[in-house]
Amino acid sequence: MSESVSEAPQTPQLPSAVAASPVAAAAVGTAPGVTVGRRRGDFLYYGLRNKKLVFGLGLELVLAVFAIVGPMIAKFAPEALTGAQLQHPNGTYWLGTNALGQDIFSQLANGLRESYLVGLLGAVSAAVVGMALGFTAGWRGGILDEILQMITNIIVMIPALVLLVVIGSYLNSRSVLFEGVFIGLTTWPWVARAVRAQTFSLRSREFVELARLSGKRPVSIIIRDIAPNMASYLFLVVILLFGSSMLLAASYDFLGLGPTGTVSLGYMMNAAQNEAALLYREWWWFIPPGVVLTLMVAALLVANVGLDEVFNPKLREQ
Amino acid sequence: MTTLKIDQVSKLYRATSRAGGLTPALRKVSFELRPGEVISLIGESGSGKTTLGKVMLRLVQPTSGSVTFDGKDIGSYSARGLKDYYRHVQGVFQDPFSSYNPIYRADRVFDLVRGSYFPGVGDKVWSAKVEQALDAVALNPGDVLGKYPHQLSGGQQQRLLIARALLLDVKLLIADEIISMLDASTRVDVLNLLVKLKRQGLAILFITHDLSLGNYVSDRTIILRHGAVAEMGATEKIFGNPQHEYTKMLLSAVPELHKKWQHAALGPVAVSANGAAAADVLASGSAGTALAHASMLDELTHAEQVVKRDLRAVFGGSRAVASGRSQVAVALEPPPLREFEPDHLVADPE
Amino acid sequence: MSVSVDNLSVAYRSRRGDVTAVDGVSFAVADGEIMGLAGESGSGKSTLGNALTYLDQRMKAAGGKVVVDGRELPISDNKAMRPLRMTEVSLVPQYAMSALPPTRKIGKLVTDLLKSHHVKDRQAVLTELSRRLELIGLKEDVLSKYSFELSGGMRQRVTIIMSTLLNPSLLVADEVTSALDVSTQRAVGEMLLEFRDRGYIKSAIAITHDLSILAQIADSIAIMYAGRLAERAATDTIVNSPLHPYTQALLASLPEVGVRHDQVTLTGIPGRPPSLANPPAGCRFRDRCPFAFAKCTQTPPFEEVRPGHLVACWKVSEENAATAGTGQEQPAVLLPVEEQV
Repeated sequence: MSESVSEAPQTPQLPSAVAASPVAAAAVGTAPGVTVGRRRGDFLYYGLRNKKLVFGLGLELVLAVFAIVGPMIAKFAPEALTGAQLQHPNGTYWLGTNALGQDIFSQLANGLRESYLVGLLGAVSAAVVGMALGFTAGWRGGILDEILQMITNIIVMIPALVLLVVIGSYLNSRSVLFEGVFIGLTTWPWVARAVRAQTFSLRSREFVELARLSGKRPVSIIIRDIAPNMASYLFLVVILLFGSSMLLAASYDFLGLGPTGTVSLGYMMNAAQNEAALLYREWWWFIPPGVVLTLMVAALLVANVGLDEVFNPKLREQ
Repeated sequence: MTTLKIDQVSKLYRATSRAGGLTPALRKVSFELRPGEVISLIGESGSGKTTLGKVMLRLVQPTSGSVTFDGKDIGSYSARGLKDYYRHVQGVFQDPFSSYNPIYRADRVFDLVRGSYFPGVGDKVWSAKVEQALDAVALNPGDVLGKYPHQLSGGQQQRLLIARALLLDVKLLIADEIISMLDASTRVDVLNLLVKLKRQGLAILFITHDLSLGNYVSDRTIILRHGAVAEMGATEKIFGNPQHEYTKMLLSAVPELHKKWQHAALGPVAVSANGAAAADVLASGSAGTALAHASMLDELTHAEQVVKRDLRAVFGGSRAVASGRSQVAVALEPPPLREFEPDHLVADPE
Repeated sequence: MSVSVDNLSVAYRSRRGDVTAVDGVSFAVADGEIMGLAGESGSGKSTLGNALTYLDQRMKAAGGKVVVDGRELPISDNKAMRPLRMTEVSLVPQYAMSALPPTRKIGKLVTDLLKSHHVKDRQAVLTELSRRLELIGLKEDVLSKYSFELSGGMRQRVTIIMSTLLNPSLLVADEVTSALDVSTQRAVGEMLLEFRDRGYIKSAIAITHDLSILAQIADSIAIMYAGRLAERAATDTIVNSPLHPYTQALLASLPEVGVRHDQVTLTGIPGRPPSLANPPAGCRFRDRCPFAFAKCTQTPPFEEVRPGHLVACWKVSEENAATAGTGQEQPAVLLPVEEQV
């Protein structure tokens, strides 16, 4: 097409700029004589200096360590009835006990671990399904795309909570795996849509055409050429999925729809609610799970914002 | 004898507006590309020249018509057949930088070829082959291998892409505006490279909007306008004795170093019924001031487009509209081509 | 003198230190003159054009001054420059036609422009706008359209009309013909000429890499290389008897319509322009120049070797000095150019 500019702008296209309109992309200027190189080192450099990223990741790491180590150092099993009910935090029961005499600290440590597990399961299943469908729809277009969009819309319309109640009533017991996969299978639509949009945009890029002209098959092109150019975006998607899965799991648990036979953060909050812990000012019961859950998700989101700044230099504060 | 034959190729895009119909990007274009021949495909924006290049590379499927390579319709190729086709026919595009995936090194384009076509070849043999290809495009291996695309100049990037095509021992190269984003001093080097390759037997479709480049390098020329051939034939005949008013208009608008723009009156260049208003002005006689005439030509292009009051409803629709170009109200059937002299075909005015 | 640029230097701030994109450039543009500023990518011509109107935060003026209509332009002070933009100096930046906001109609963009410049008599300006639109063959309904409803050529012309609506003394047009079809290139080129002829703009600087366009519209041409001026003279002189080796090489690489490869072989210029982050000492064209000799390691002065013809080249200066005083017309130093078949 002859409507182009004659001085080749040597600015590499960063992934987060991919979603920009073709007009904006064409309007990107550059400092003549100064070619800006995008090196992996640049990301590391800016990454380590980004306060939000460092803080978020750091906090998450602390919580993760606690999730691993906590259950190991806890003196009691989370469901064990110690006989000492509603104890304030003391030397034996570090975070006190609940109405049934169960050690809050053990419950918290285990609950954290459960939450991470569910979060991971949910994120992975949503990511896998969403990306597979998103890439396929974005690459093929046409009828296949229309069908997949229809499926996506149907899933979006189904109220997940109601579905969970219905399915749950047929099952004797629910496992963590079930909850994780369920969350995954009900939250993939937004991943699919976003991935589809980005794939559409990247698909018509000339380096993708060049890969086609080199006899590469679509799967290979998607994995090697398209996905890496969306890498930062995909990364952020997974992080957000992780956070939202944990929150969703906690809300399901809070409503009593969580996995049976295990203690999770939502379960703790559910139990506290049932025993009117708030009313009785049993702060050591209802505050820790809520705080920990909030921290887990908030740390992720803060890290996410920081990461976005690292990937997209336009967002960086000077 | 490898020949690429383009036979009555049409490409229609469906507009997404309810009121809009089909936008013809290409209308029954036919020609042949023979070994060692360079054909310039000249057209302005919206002429369909890039679409034609993509159809020939099977990156886009034509709505009707066929592209035949060695007697076989490329539309009927299986995946393996297509891969084989790309061994013989390759393309280089306008923006050299975009042809590289920015996260990989530039020479990955060679590795892509190696993986697909030369899987069993040893490292040493491959390096020799790469060096030979780089030598053919006058690139120093030390300057370009191992570098990222942004570390290379536009000219180097473009020549590297041509080298990639040479690795495959291509018979036909589709060069889509490969010069326009290069500096003046590097343009000529790439042009001369094409000439050298042509002399070695490579057939080239040189797509451009720049008439002087087309004239420099090609044996035959096709002038494309609104998806149809306006004039076609031997380059000297087209440039030396243009018959179609559109060709004459293009030639008169080319800025030259030693000659100012001529202000001669041109004949009517009207296109379609929708251009009625502009046609009236043109039919009324002489061109008037050069400015008015030139702007009339631009206005004519716009008048040809379907300008509906509620065009806003179309936005978010076909890419043609989003990029500022509206649908062209031209007939799906292109005007017939008549032979003006041997190897010089001219289309009837539309 | 309408515009006078005196030893102007502009640098970019980068993580690896300052990069001087424009290095001590001086020239003058008279009233009614259209000067072409030609050069390839990396020459600094866009930076120079931008510096005359809008220095963004990446750039800083590193020396020299700009005088327009007898008044010095406070180019480093964005606030002080604001009232002068569009009224004294105006810029049509590269890619301008792609940068028109797509969510507002053209007419609204114009009224926004008038509002931001506190134009008192808006009606008079709008009447003038209609007159100018008609002059260049655009229908007035263009004002009720969005930018994406217009073709490329129309957008470019609308941008130029908007930039010149307040009759600036100096118009800087950066690559305004580059992305256009050949027929609309001509329309835009002739529009610039017409606007100058009618006094809508006093003088203009047309920045481009395309010497043939400049041959059509420019009165004089300045050739820029690696941040410095290489040559400056009237258009005819540059095109027919250039003195600087770079100019000559540039002209020798342009294919003209009618020229075919079997008649003439065009030659490019080997090598690349030097990186401005760490430029070589002396003449920057030295590494690619077929005439380079020992003295070229010193920076050649940009001096007037003939009336109205300035060149920065030691070879030219020496030959000029040799023939000075003899009263002879010095034959132009030309590379072997195309032989007419």
